[in-house]
Amino acid sequence: MKRKILSVLLTAAFVAATIAGCGGAAQQAADTTQQAADTAAAAADTAADTAADTAADTAAAAEEKVEEAADTAADTAEAAADAVEEAAEEVQEAAADAGASGETINVGFAQVGHESDWRTASTKSAQDVFSAANGYNLSFVDCDNDSAAQLEAVRGFIEQGVDYIIIDPIVSTGWDTVLTECDEAGIPVIVIDRTIDDSDKYVSWVGSDFLTEGKAAGEWLKAYADKQGIKEINALIIQGTTGSSAQIGRTDGFKEIADREGWTILDMQTGDFTEEGGQQVMESYCKSYAGKFNVVVCENDNEAFGAMTAMDNAGVKYGPGNDVVLISYDACTAGLKEVQAGKITADFECNPLAAPTVEGVIKTLQSGGTPEKQILVPDNWYALKDQIVDFSVDGKAMSMIEVTDEVIEAQY
Amino acid sequence: MNSNGNQLWKKIKAWPLLLPVVALLLVMAVNIFHDLMQGSNPLSFFTITLNQTTSGGTILYGRIIDILNRGSEVAILALGMTLVVSSSAGTDISVGSVMSLSASFCCMLLAGYGVANTSELAVPLIVGVLAAFAMGTLCGAFNGTLVAYFGIQPMVATLILFSAARAIGLLLCNNLIVYVRNSSFGAFGAFTGPVPTPILIAAICIALVALVLRNTSLGMYIQSVGINAKASRIAGLNSKKIIFLTYVICGFFAGVAGLVNSSRITSADSNNIGLYYEMDAILAVALGGNSLGGGKFNLAGSIIGAYTIQAITTTLYALGVSTDQAPVYKAIIVIIIVAIQSAPLKAYFRKRSNIKKTGTKEAARA
Repeated sequence: MKRKILSVLLTAAFVAATIAGCGGAAQQAADTTQQAADTAAAAADTAADTAADTAADTAAAAEEKVEEAADTAADTAEAAADAVEEAAEEVQEAAADAGASGETINVGFAQVGHESDWRTASTKSAQDVFSAANGYNLSFVDCDNDSAAQLEAVRGFIEQGVDYIIIDPIVSTGWDTVLTECDEAGIPVIVIDRTIDDSDKYVSWVGSDFLTEGKAAGEWLKAYADKQGIKEINALIIQGTTGSSAQIGRTDGFKEIADREGWTILDMQTGDFTEEGGQQVMESYCKSYAGKFNVVVCENDNEAFGAMTAMDNAGVKYGPGNDVVLISYDACTAGLKEVQAGKITADFECNPLAAPTVEGVIKTLQSGGTPEKQILVPDNWYALKDQIVDFSVDGKAMSMIEVTDEVIEAQY
Repeated sequence: MNSNGNQLWKKIKAWPLLLPVVALLLVMAVNIFHDLMQGSNPLSFFTITLNQTTSGGTILYGRIIDILNRGSEVAILALGMTLVVSSSAGTDISVGSVMSLSASFCCMLLAGYGVANTSELAVPLIVGVLAAFAMGTLCGAFNGTLVAYFGIQPMVATLILFSAARAIGLLLCNNLIVYVRNSSFGAFGAFTGPVPTPILIAAICIALVALVLRNTSLGMYIQSVGINAKASRIAGLNSKKIIFLTYVICGFFAGVAGLVNSSRITSADSNNIGLYYEMDAILAVALGGNSLGGGKFNLAGSIIGAYTIQAITTTLYALGVSTDQAPVYKAIIVIIIVAIQSAPLKAYFRKRSNIKKTGTKEAARA
C-alpha cells in the first residue's frame, strides 16, 4: 500500500511538473503577441496553477482512493492542456484581428529553438525589434530543433495571413514546396542565420559570415604579431562541432591566413563547442606540445573557458602580455568578461542580433524597394586597449571595440 | 618450478578480469608503440610528474592522471549501471539526462533562480550538493517505480527521463547556461592537494559500493533476482524492492556524476552535461565482461571498462588522430575488445588449444 501511494505521489509530481512546464511555454508564446496577451497569459497561468494545485490535492487524497486519484489527475492534466490550447488559440485570433485592422505589420518568426545563449539572444532581439511599440505584431514559434514542426509553423503563418515570414532554417534542404506556397500567398520570406540551399524563393538572407570571422582573427593575429615582434607562430586550434557551419567557416578563414603567412598549425581537434570539450582537448595539447605553441584558437567562448582551466593546471601563462595568445569567437557576455580580465587576448563576435537588419529589409519592401539577396549582420571584434591593432579583411579596413564595463553591460 | 609456473598461468587464465585488463593494457600499449615510432621516450604516456600550476599549486600531471580524472564520471555511472543491468536485465538510459538535471538543479539553487552568471553562492554549498544527490535519487526512484512496480520494460521506463530530464533542467535554468564561478563549488572538479578531486570522489563511490556488496548479502540478492526473479521471490526475496533499490542507487550515482561534471566547468550546461554518457556507462559494463542479460556481475570489470573507454579517448587525443576520424577508430577498438570477449570466439580458442594438446598425444600414439 505504502509503495502504491509513493508511486502515485511520484507520478502526480511529474504530471504537475509537466503541466507547469506547459503553462510556462504558453506564457512565452503569449508574450510575443501583444494584443490581449496579458489576459491570455493570465488565463493560461491560472489554468496551469489550478491544474497543479488540483493534481497535488488529488495526490494528497490518494491515501484512500489510489486508482480514482490517478484517474482524476489524468483528467485534470487533460483539462489543463485543453485550457492552455484554448488560450493559445485566443491569442492567435487576437493577432489575426489586429492584422485585419491594417495598422500594424504582422511578422511570423519560426526560430530554431533555444539551445544556446546565442540563440536566446537572437530570439530576444527579434522580440524587442518587432514589438507592439514599434508597430509590429510578432507571431513567434520556437520549433525546438524539429524541422517538421518548423514547416508546420511556416504553413501556420500562411494560414494566419501574416505580412512577412522570418525563418531560421533548422535544416538547409526540403524548403522548396513550402517556400513556393509562401510565394503563391504573396508573403515575402526572409531567411536569417542558417541558410537554405534548395530554393531561392526568399527575399533576403541575413546572417553572419563565419568565413569572415575566421579571416578577421587571422588578420588581427598578423597585425598583432607584427606589433609585438612575434616572429614565429605555432597555433593550436580547438574546433567546434565537426561539420557545423561555424566550425567550417572559422577554420577555413583562419587557415587561409595561416597558409598565406606560413604559420604552423600544430594540431586541430574538436571540443564540440563545450567547456568540457575545450578542457579535455587543451589538457592533451599541453602534454603533446608542451612549450611548442604560442597561439591557441578556440572556436567559441565556452571552449576558451575550458582551455583556460587546462592551461592554468599545466602552468601555461596566456592572455595579453604573456607567451600564449588566446583567441576566441562568439563574444558573449561571459566571454567579454574574460577579455576584460586579461585572459582572452581577442574575441571575435558572431552577432546574433539579426532583427534590426531584418527590420531594414522589411522597411525596404514596405516602400517598394528590392533588398539585396545576401546581407551580412555587422560583427564586432573585441579586445583590451593594448591589443587593439588596425587590420583589414579582404581589403576592407576593420575597427575593433575596446572592452569596457559599458560594452559588457550592453552585450546580449 | 615449471608446475608452479603452470599453476600460476592457469590461475591467471581463470581470472574473470583477465580480458578486460588485457584490453585496457592493449589500448595503452598503442601509445608505447606510437612514441617509439616518433623516436620520443616510449614511456612518456605513462610518466607522472609534479607540475606547477599558474596559481602556484603543485599537482600530479600526466596522461594516466588524465585517464583516471576524466574517466571518473563514467566509472561512477558504471557502478549503478552494473547493479541495474544485473537485477533487471535492462539498462537505465536516463543516467546522462539525470546527470544534466541534477547539475542544473544544483546550479539553479547555488546561483538563485533566474541568475545566469554569478560568483556568489545564493545558498550554502552543502544545500546545492545535497540537492544534486536528492534530484538524482528522486529520478532513480521514479525509474525504479516504473520498472519494479509497474513492470514496464527498463528501456521504455527510462526513456521517459532520458528525454524529459534534460528539458526539465533547461526549464530550471531558463534555457541558459548558468555559470557559478565560485571556487568552493569548483572544488569537486579541481584538485585536492595534488590529486584531482574527481578521482577521490570516484574512489569513495567505488569503496562504498564494494564495502556494501562485501559486507551485506545485497550483491547476492541482486544477482539471484537477475538470474530468476520469480524463483527469488518464492525463496523469500522481495524481488521488486531489490530492483527498485538498484535503480535508486543508479540515480544517486548519476546525481554524483552530474555534480562532478558541472563542478569541472563551474556551470550548468544543460544541453551538454552527460550527453551520451549513458552509452559510455552501458559500454563500460559490457567491456567489463558483464552480460547485459542480467544475473551475475563483476563490478571491478565495469570499472576497468569505464577507464578503458577513457583510455581510448585520451590515446586518440595523444596520437593526434583527426577529429573527424576519431569515432571510427574508437568503434574499431570497441569491436575488437567486445569480440575477443564473446562466447563463440572464446570457445573457438579453447577448442584450438585442446586440439593442440590432444593432437600431440595422438601423434605420439601413432
